[in-house]
Amino acid sequence: MWDYAKIAALGLVALAAAIAANFARDLAYQVHAIIILLVAGGLFIWQVRRTDEPKAIPAGEYMDDVVRAGVIATAFWGVVGFAAGTFIAFQLAFPQLNFEWAQGYMNFGKLRPLHTSAVIFAFGGNALLATSFYIVQRTSAVRLWGGNLAWFVFWGYNLFIVLAATGYLLGATQSKEYAEPEWYVDLWLTIVWVAYLLVFLGTIMTRKEKHIYVANWFFLSFIVTIAMLHVVNNLVIPVSIFGARSVQVMAGVQDAMTQWWYGHNAVGFFLTAGFLGMMYYFVPKQAERPIFSYKLSIVHFWALIFLYIWAGPHHLHYTALPDWASTLGMVFSVVLWMPSWGGMINGLMTLSGAWDKLRTDPIIRMMVVSIGFYGMSTFEGPMMSIRAVNSLSHYTDWTIGHVHSGALGWNGMITFGALYFLVPKLWNRERLYSLSAVSWHFWLATIGIVLYASSMWVTGIMEGLMWREVDANGFLVNSFADTVAAKFPMYVVRGLGGVLFLSGAIIMCVNLWLTVTRGTAKQAAPLAQPAE
Amino acid sequence: MSDKSKQSNRQKGDPETTGHSWDGIEEFNNPLPRWWLWTFYACIIWGVLYTIAYPAWPLLKEATPGILGFSTRGEVAADIAAVEAANADIEARLAAADLTAISDDPALSSYATNAGAAVFRTWCAQCHGSGAAGAKGYPNLLDDDWLWGGSIEDIHTTISHGIRNETDLDARWSQMPAFGEILAPEEITSVVQYVRSISGQDHDAGLAGQGQQVFMDNCAACHGDDGTGDRFQGAPNLTDAIWLYGGDVETLTATVTNARFGVMPSWADRLSAAEIAAVASYVHQLGGGE
Repeated sequence: MWDYAKIAALGLVALAAAIAANFARDLAYQVHAIIILLVAGGLFIWQVRRTDEPKAIPAGEYMDDVVRAGVIATAFWGVVGFAAGTFIAFQLAFPQLNFEWAQGYMNFGKLRPLHTSAVIFAFGGNALLATSFYIVQRTSAVRLWGGNLAWFVFWGYNLFIVLAATGYLLGATQSKEYAEPEWYVDLWLTIVWVAYLLVFLGTIMTRKEKHIYVANWFFLSFIVTIAMLHVVNNLVIPVSIFGARSVQVMAGVQDAMTQWWYGHNAVGFFLTAGFLGMMYYFVPKQAERPIFSYKLSIVHFWALIFLYIWAGPHHLHYTALPDWASTLGMVFSVVLWMPSWGGMINGLMTLSGAWDKLRTDPIIRMMVVSIGFYGMSTFEGPMMSIRAVNSLSHYTDWTIGHVHSGALGWNGMITFGALYFLVPKLWNRERLYSLSAVSWHFWLATIGIVLYASSMWVTGIMEGLMWREVDANGFLVNSFADTVAAKFPMYVVRGLGGVLFLSGAIIMCVNLWLTVTRGTAKQAAPLAQPAE
Repeated sequence: MSDKSKQSNRQKGDPETTGHSWDGIEEFNNPLPRWWLWTFYACIIWGVLYTIAYPAWPLLKEATPGILGFSTRGEVAADIAAVEAANADIEARLAAADLTAISDDPALSSYATNAGAAVFRTWCAQCHGSGAAGAKGYPNLLDDDWLWGGSIEDIHTTISHGIRNETDLDARWSQMPAFGEILAPEEITSVVQYVRSISGQDHDAGLAGQGQQVFMDNCAACHGDDGTGDRFQGAPNLTDAIWLYGGDVETLTATVTNARFGVMPSWADRLSAAEIAAVASYVHQLGGGE
């Protein structure tokens, strides 16, 4: 019965997509309708062919297929996103790379959202899906809830990424940073996200452990908050149901405030809370040490999620935003400093008693550097939110450097550590193919981040000082073009940092591939057992 | 699959744990680090004090203004007012000054050049370049080749009203016809060779000879019989090595065929009288002023 319902639904979706492709008012919408038509049509045929076949119902085992798929997607999108970032870094240094033949498709303006979405949502998002599915099963000692719903979440999320990325290149964007996809892509993500929440919540509610592990608190807060942010920031009215364009419901400073409430909490809940969930599982596992302090984890969790949600206005200092909102955004950001550092303390102190592993285990080294960058950027962030500092740093490359020390250092490194941890476990291998390759990756990535962050500090502060430089009569000393020209050498250094980071990621992919294909299989492990 | 067998390695002297274990992960029952807690408290106290001092809490009608009376707009206005007060005297002198007399007054001239440079970097550099060297289609302001005149008054008029814009009735105006609709292709080819000959470039002497008549019939009215141009109409001098769009055969052919229509906006209602006087003296002293 359920199979027939699925067949009917898929058939209707394919039909609707065909109609939409026919009446499409713009290219992006038409291409998207065709993609949806192909996906729904393909699934329709696949579903018809397997209807009423007996299905093996796996029980008692963890659902790891979807985690394996998530790991592969993470590695794939990581390389795509890093490559796009490196390319656009060089486009800024050498504008000739905005090729004449690719105008309208591959110029900086089109590729920049492709890069940010690829690294945040494709690489980071798949990493969060894979690790949260892995962790929630182990720490709840139960299989993922909802049968194949987890597969729907994985494929649905990756379809969202394909729609978003192709949309950017074809010009479908609502021009909100980190929320560029147009209305129908947003609707699709909402459906997928609700399914994600159901899988995660269902698994937690059927858990066999008495308590919910701290990593799952963070994952749950991330899933719930992202749902709220996504819906509110994407309140739009489509111009036509057959077109990609839409009109924002909120306008002017209200729209800006909503956008940065969303934008900052995408950082706070997607890139901080979600990744703290990863940290709380993989660091104690890899270090084989207990978490430093349960009390600290409770206090910093609640303080973090309460305070983060108010910090968005610091993106809009010295704009049309009223001063009172700007003050509150700044104050909450500064108060957020210690709650953020609670995660760093718990991560680093968990290693006490296992510091010797830093010498022998490059994966631990990666995690430690990751936590270090987390601590650094969660100090830098509150500092930059202070109005006086922001008057220098705002709109400069300092902001770009800050984001990347967090994204490359914290999110990137903790994800790499998690992938190195997961692949041998998921593919049942004795060990990674090469530990020295992990070391190479570690050093390439670390040096790459240092080049990136320090070059952006230099250009950012230089640029800020040049913009505000006035002579004795109060007249501006530099033209904008002068500041751009002055940044050239640092732009090249930034690009080279990207090359190093990207090469490290490619080495990781090769290493993981060889681990799976050439590694020796581990002795048969006992099946899953609930913890006592 | 489960790593239950691999318990966290407890060590001698470890504090007690909470007693739970998830997939082998335990948690110590350590207290909050004191320095962390006190820094957190300090931040909260600072936050409360800061919101008393600065505009912060939204109430029904408006937000609390803060006891320091701070506002970002007020801060900017105060900065601007301070500079304006300091410059008030010399600014008034500049606005009232006779343009040609500015260079005779060292204090006024130095102020005008500084102020003009700032105006130029803000409003003019986008087209003419931050060093005023121009670009293709945007004249170089460093040399002594002027389309509409290089005296300070001429420069002042050009800046005030602009060129070929539709917003200012006093804008400088002229229009070259698109000769592609008037001349045969052979005629264009030959007149291009003639222009190359009078500007001292490689050319086909035979074609240039034929082109001379075409030039006299069609071009000389504006560019002059000798091709040296006419500032009254903004017609460029074609005999020197300076080209606004390019002196190669391809570009000249395109220019003759399609004509050019360079536009400069009018600045009279965007900049103050003193600012226009200042930027005119800045451009005038760059090297080519007459």
